[in-house]
Amino acid sequence: MTKINLTVDGSKVSDDVEPRMLLVQYLREKLGKTGTVVGCDTSNCGACTVHLDGTSVKSCNVLAVQAEGSEVTTIEGLATNGQLHPVQEAFRECHGLQCGYCTPGMIMQSIALLEENPSPTEEEIRLGLEGNLCRCTGYHNIVKAVQHAAGATSTTTGA
Amino acid sequence: MTAVQDAPETTGPAKEIGRDRRRKEDQRLITGRTRWTDNIVLPGMLHLAMVRSPFAHAKITSIDVSAAKESANVVDVLTGADFGEELGVCINAWPITPEQVTPVHSPMPSDRVAFAGEIVAVVIARSQAEARDAAELVDVEYEELPAALDLKAAAADEVLAHPEHGTNKSALWVFDSAEAGTGSDVEEAITKARENGGVVVEREFRQQRLIPAFMEPRSVVVDPTGEQYTMWSATQIPHILRFALAATTGVPESKIRVIAPDVGGGFGGKLQATPEEWIAWAVGIRTGKPVKYTETRSESLVSGHHGRDQWQKLTLAAEADGTVTGLKVELLADLGAYVAIVGGGVPVLGAFMFNAIYKFPAYHFACQTVLTNKTWTDAYRGAGRPEATFGIERMMDELAAELGVDPLELRRKNWITHEEFPFTTVAGLEYDSGNYEAATDRAMEMLGYDELRAEQKRRRESGDRVQLGIGVSTFTEMCGLAPSRVLGQLDYGAGGWEHASVRMLATGKVEIVTGASAHGQGHETAFSQIVADQLGVPFEDVEVLHGDTQVSAKGLDTYGSRSLVVGGEALVKATEKVIEKAKPVAAHLLEASVDDIEFSAGRFGVRGTDQGLAIQEIAAAVFAAHNLPDGMEPSLDSDATYDPINFNYPHGTHLCAMEVDTETGALKMRKYACCDDIGNVINPLIVSGQVHGGLVQGIAQALWEEAVYDDAGTLVSGSFVDYLLPTAADTISFDVDHTTTPSLTNTLGTKGVGEAGTIASTPAVVNAVLDAVRHLGVKDITMPCTPEKVWKAINGAGRGDDMTTGAAMPHFDTDQPGKDSTEGAGA
Repeated sequence: MTKINLTVDGSKVSDDVEPRMLLVQYLREKLGKTGTVVGCDTSNCGACTVHLDGTSVKSCNVLAVQAEGSEVTTIEGLATNGQLHPVQEAFRECHGLQCGYCTPGMIMQSIALLEENPSPTEEEIRLGLEGNLCRCTGYHNIVKAVQHAAGATSTTTGA
Repeated sequence: MTAVQDAPETTGPAKEIGRDRRRKEDQRLITGRTRWTDNIVLPGMLHLAMVRSPFAHAKITSIDVSAAKESANVVDVLTGADFGEELGVCINAWPITPEQVTPVHSPMPSDRVAFAGEIVAVVIARSQAEARDAAELVDVEYEELPAALDLKAAAADEVLAHPEHGTNKSALWVFDSAEAGTGSDVEEAITKARENGGVVVEREFRQQRLIPAFMEPRSVVVDPTGEQYTMWSATQIPHILRFALAATTGVPESKIRVIAPDVGGGFGGKLQATPEEWIAWAVGIRTGKPVKYTETRSESLVSGHHGRDQWQKLTLAAEADGTVTGLKVELLADLGAYVAIVGGGVPVLGAFMFNAIYKFPAYHFACQTVLTNKTWTDAYRGAGRPEATFGIERMMDELAAELGVDPLELRRKNWITHEEFPFTTVAGLEYDSGNYEAATDRAMEMLGYDELRAEQKRRRESGDRVQLGIGVSTFTEMCGLAPSRVLGQLDYGAGGWEHASVRMLATGKVEIVTGASAHGQGHETAFSQIVADQLGVPFEDVEVLHGDTQVSAKGLDTYGSRSLVVGGEALVKATEKVIEKAKPVAAHLLEASVDDIEFSAGRFGVRGTDQGLAIQEIAAAVFAAHNLPDGMEPSLDSDATYDPINFNYPHGTHLCAMEVDTETGALKMRKYACCDDIGNVINPLIVSGQVHGGLVQGIAQALWEEAVYDDAGTLVSGSFVDYLLPTAADTISFDVDHTTTPSLTNTLGTKGVGEAGTIASTPAVVNAVLDAVRHLGVKDITMPCTPEKVWKAINGAGRGDDMTTGAAMPHFDTDQPGKDSTEGAGA
């Protein structure tokens, strides 16, 4: 067991964890942050995407011990004072989700994408979300949601 | 449409039906406030890990669990021999013929495994990690048996998947229009076409094996600590599960509660009674403790049922002018190792759809289902109908190419015109409504059909390296499973009704309970819109409850595009009963005659006066029950169980433009336009989402996805590294529109939409790819149309029949053994 101290969604937490424990397992099993989910075992699907010190990471690809001293933000830490993050709002507004399983990861990655590139083209959005799989939406409305959040809907083509 | 909108309106809330309401479900889902089955943690909960066979077909000679049992925090390790009848069996609910060969499907066989991935032992431990660690220590000795893998070879009984049955042939299901009296004899039509200067097109198509690949891996929690044993499962079918558990495990149905909490997609893949659920059930009851099993993605891909997997031998006869005269369909369908819950019924659903929207006078359909030593197959989005639509839409393009006519012109010549509805088809179905002309005209306009044809001509004439192809799919489907009477005639094990309840709460809020079990479709929103209009209450005041057999006692769940057209209609009928119960109360309180009470927009008024009471006021009065008509039961709550009178028949025209780089085989989707007629739309936003997602699943079959087995029967596309789910970067934005011909078989005039995109899109894409390269001598390219296969087809003098089937990977070099065959998959 290894002792870790970190901040998750604004709260300081401290736990003894097995060195092999993944960050996503730590979030779900130790902290009950079940908003972050596991969709695969090969780091392809991105459903577990969170922000680690401001950078999007697949939390199945990070050991909990690697998060020592870090700040982690999950889907559950995005809304502040009951106010949704604009990207969360955009996903609802544009029907960018159906079953919602990929949604936490998709939203976290979209936020990271927009932080790097506040006015992405459709192609840049599609490439930026390449590491996140969705089986319901065909990505059409996810792309629209990111465009909506970027305030870039007027510059795009297509339906 | 406009005529409907002009109907007299009284003042009241704006109509909810037709509004693009944002979904009620989303607030929870976008903030992570979710209840996936794997999120559930109960006191004392134990965790399960499965030990699975690496062999496709083998005798289990011994299982040594001693090392696993000694592993840290392991409670027990159980094998098939440790269970008796309480383990139950996995059921087939649709034996398609009385003679069907149906191998017994134990959730955990103790003697012989029939596919790679079958469970042979279960480890029970205090944590998931410890259970998985110990599963590695279970030592199973196998004696390998020859495996039946290739579908055609299996159909010839070369190697037996289940030797005790002496054959791999499970059932032969035949429909013949001459015998059924719905049409003439197809052999005569074919002979006539051959002898009298007509055209006979014969083709054989491969429907590759696919994996539903819902995003949420399946998970099951069993809690045996209450009076009713409770199962939470990531399932589409909580009601059917409850019934099947009772029917096979000996636990009375009244002692079973099944809950489908938030379920992360299904697409037919969670329409199953699985070994994992049955094992968790038995272990939970045996240990007396809550237990949880959550599969890994790799386990999901190898053990959750697969879809499609057919060989289709098709013969189409036509007159020289292109008028179709007969269609003969001979299918081989791979069931995998066991006959799954719907199993052979899936290809049989296609029997009614191969004739599609065309006026074939003669039709013959024969489907041979075949057992193999592969993962079992069952419903995957569309279930039988995508296979049929692919077959017929490919054939219509082949006929057009043979005759040298535009594929849309050929279709126009043969389809049912809008004046001809209702139309009884050669397969015996009555299509109630449709307008293929209108949808096609609109889709052509959306795509810019004529302009793209002109561009195609230019590129061909100039010998452009990049060639353009335009693919057509004018599809219909049957959905809204289903009139119970029809299901009975087909020997399906259950009915096709749906149940709904409406509860008027004291505060005027409304709870509705539906037997449909959503897993991403947006029922809570769409059903709220329906009830808001029916009862004249605010959309926000309607709460939709579902997916828990304690709350929703009756239901037949969600599949086959049935929730709205069957479940929605049940809801309408339940609300009508509420209104009828409320009228005498209104009359009593308003001191009027019941005959003078009119209900409109949430208000019970007295005809010819301005007196009236809101439905919420009536609800409060009934709750108090202080002043009700004599003898009245103090309740407005109402139930309805609705059995559909017919299927309904959405249709549409899908057009796809593909660019093919003839030097590299690279493919680029240039544009995709579709116009679907799904009748009246409750929520256009939800509908668009269903279409987009459906399209991509169908496009993925055409271009990317395939479950590939190697010669030993190992699934080599068994992870998301190897099974190529499309990403945002692989796909484009779509042009989606609708024409509207209301269905005549339900009061809302709706048709199903959940499967339409998937059913329609696959042939549109493949037809487009072929259209781009047909002038180079290419006749067919088997799915998925990878760049390599396209390149080979162009450079192989027109041969397009390269199969991934049987080969480990298309780029596997047999001269270099030991090289990682999965490297670069999908690149």
